[in-house]
Amino acid sequence: MWTLFQIELFKIFRRPRTYIAFAAITALIGMVQLGLKVDGKEYASFVMADFNSTFTLEGNLLNGYFVCFIVLQLLLVHVPLLIALIAADMISGEANTGTLRLLMSKPISRLEFILAKYLASVVYTIMLLVWVALQALFLSMLIFGTDDMFIMKSSYAVLIKSGDVFWRYAGAFCFAALAMTTVAALGFLLSLFAENSIGPIVATMSVIIVSTLLSTMNIPLFNLVKPYLFTTHMITWKEFFDLQVNELNEAIPGSLAYPEKIRTSIFILLGHIVFFVGSAALIFQRKDVLS
Amino acid sequence: MAIISVQQLSKQYGSFTAVNQLSFTVEKGDVYGFLGQNGAGKSTTIRMLMTLIEPTAGEIRIFDLPLSTHRKEILRQTGAVIEKPEVYPYLSAYDNLRLFARLSGVKLSRTQYMHQLEQVGLASRAHDKVKAFSQGMKQRLGIGIALVHNPQLIVLDEPTNGLDPQGIADIRNLLLWLSREQKKTILISSHLLSEIEQVATRVLIIDKGKKLVEGSAEELFDPAKTLVELITSNTEATKERLLISKWAAHLKETNGNSIKLQMNSHDIPALNRDLVSWQIDVLSLQQQHSLEDYFLQVTAGKKHVDTFSN
Repeated sequence: MWTLFQIELFKIFRRPRTYIAFAAITALIGMVQLGLKVDGKEYASFVMADFNSTFTLEGNLLNGYFVCFIVLQLLLVHVPLLIALIAADMISGEANTGTLRLLMSKPISRLEFILAKYLASVVYTIMLLVWVALQALFLSMLIFGTDDMFIMKSSYAVLIKSGDVFWRYAGAFCFAALAMTTVAALGFLLSLFAENSIGPIVATMSVIIVSTLLSTMNIPLFNLVKPYLFTTHMITWKEFFDLQVNELNEAIPGSLAYPEKIRTSIFILLGHIVFFVGSAALIFQRKDVLS
Repeated sequence: MAIISVQQLSKQYGSFTAVNQLSFTVEKGDVYGFLGQNGAGKSTTIRMLMTLIEPTAGEIRIFDLPLSTHRKEILRQTGAVIEKPEVYPYLSAYDNLRLFARLSGVKLSRTQYMHQLEQVGLASRAHDKVKAFSQGMKQRLGIGIALVHNPQLIVLDEPTNGLDPQGIADIRNLLLWLSREQKKTILISSHLLSEIEQVATRVLIIDKGKKLVEGSAEELFDPAKTLVELITSNTEATKERLLISKWAAHLKETNGNSIKLQMNSHDIPALNRDLVSWQIDVLSLQQQHSLEDYFLQVTAGKKHVDTFSN
C-alpha cells in the first residue's frame, strides 16, 4: 500500500498537467494582489462606504489578512474545478492510456489501488491549498503588512485583533482542505465510469455547479436538501472569522461565534468522503477492466 | 506439471458469449500458441487469466492454485503484455520499468534495470521519455516490464502488433531464448499462424469463444497437410492437366484463377518442375499461412480436427 501510494505521488508530480493548477492559482492570486496594490485604497473606501458615516476606521485596513480573506472568497469557488482536473482523471486517465490493464495485472489488490490513488489525490489537494496559503496569506502579509482584520458580514462587521487572526487562518485552511478532499472524492468516484478524462472532469464540475446553485438558491423545495449538500458546507471556512460577543456586545478574542456549525459541516463532509470513496472501492472491486 | 489449467471457462456479456466453456492446459516449459481470428475470444480469455475481468463460469488454476483465491501469489510469478503495451508517456523507459518492477514486488539496482533494458534493446534510450518512442519500442519496453521481476509464466497478447519485420524477428528470438535458455512457460496469442508456428510447442485454436483444435505444433503444422496456392496463365488447362496426373488426389478447390492443393510442402519443387515440363506458365506458387486458410483446412478436414481436439 505504501509503495503504491509513493508511486501514485511520483506519477502525479511528474505529470505536466499537475502544474496547470499551481500556475492558475499563482496567476489568479497575483492578479488580485496587483489590483489591490494599485487600486486598493479606492476599493476599501468603496467597501466601507456604509460604515464611514458611523465609524472612524484607522490603521492599515488593506493589510495582508484582509487581502487573504478577499482572495479566499474569490478563489475557493474555483479551486474545486482545478482539483477535478486531477481527481477525475485518476482512474479514467489510466483507462484512457491503457495503463489500467497493466496495473491490474500486477500483484496489488484493487482496494489498495483505490485507497492509494485517493490518498495521492488528497496529498495533491493539500499541496494545492498550501500553495494557496503561501501566496494568499504569507505573500500578502509581506506585500501589504499586518494589522487588525476588518471584515463585513451580511448585517454586521467583525473586527479581529491582529494577534487573534493567524490561528483562524490555520483553521480555515484545514477546513478548506477537508472541503476540497470531498471534491476530490467526488471526482475520483466519477472517474470510474469513463474511459477518458474529459467526461468525469466535466461531470464533477457540473455536479459542483448544480449543487452550489441549489445551496445558494432560497427556494423551499431545495431548502429540504440544502443541509445535506456538500457544497452548502464548503463555505463554512468563513465561520472561523466570526467571533462571539459578550453581553456588552464586545467581541471575545479567541472565540468562534458558531463552533457547532463548523462541527456539523466537518461531519457532513467526512460522510460524503466515506460515501464517495467507499462506493468507488465497492464498484471497482467488481469492475471488468475492458479498456 | 500444469502451469495453467482452465476448465469450462465462460464469459457472457448480456446475450453475447465471448468465451464458451473453454478448457485447456499449459504445461511447464510450453510455448503455448493461442490462435484465433480477431474477436475469437483470445483477449477475453487472457484478461480472465490476468484477473482483469471476472469469468461468468468455470475455473482457472495457475501454478496449481485457484486464481480466484490466490491472485497476488500468482501474479507475482506472472509477467504479461496485454494488447498494446501502454506505459506512462511522460516518464522515461527507465522510470517506467522501475515503477512496474516495484509494483511487481521487486526493487533492483540501477545496473539490473539497465541490463533489463539492454535485453529488449532499449538501453541507449533508457532516459528518453516514452512519448517519443515508436510502437515497436513501446512493445519492447512492455516486454521488458513483463520480464523485470523474473516471472515463471509469461503471457503475451498479440506481442508483435505494430512491429516491423525486424521487430517481429527480435521478439521471436527473445521468446525462443526465454523458452530454451531461461526455461520459462509462455502463453502467446496471435491471429497470425506464421507468427505462432515458429515458436510454439503447443497450439490452441479458438473460434467464437470455443475450442477448435488443440495439439502439439508438430502435429498441427504437419508439412504433409500444407495448403498450396497455385496461379497460372491458364487455370482451366492447368486443372485438367493436374487431374490426370499424380497430383489429382491433392486438389482441394478452384477459386477464380487460383487452384488450391493440400500436399506435403517438401513436394512443392516437384510440382513446379512438372508444371514447367507441361509448359504451363506458373505465375505464383506459394504456401498458405493465414489463419483463415488454416481454418479452411481444419474445418474442411473434420478428421484432422477430431485427431487433435481432445
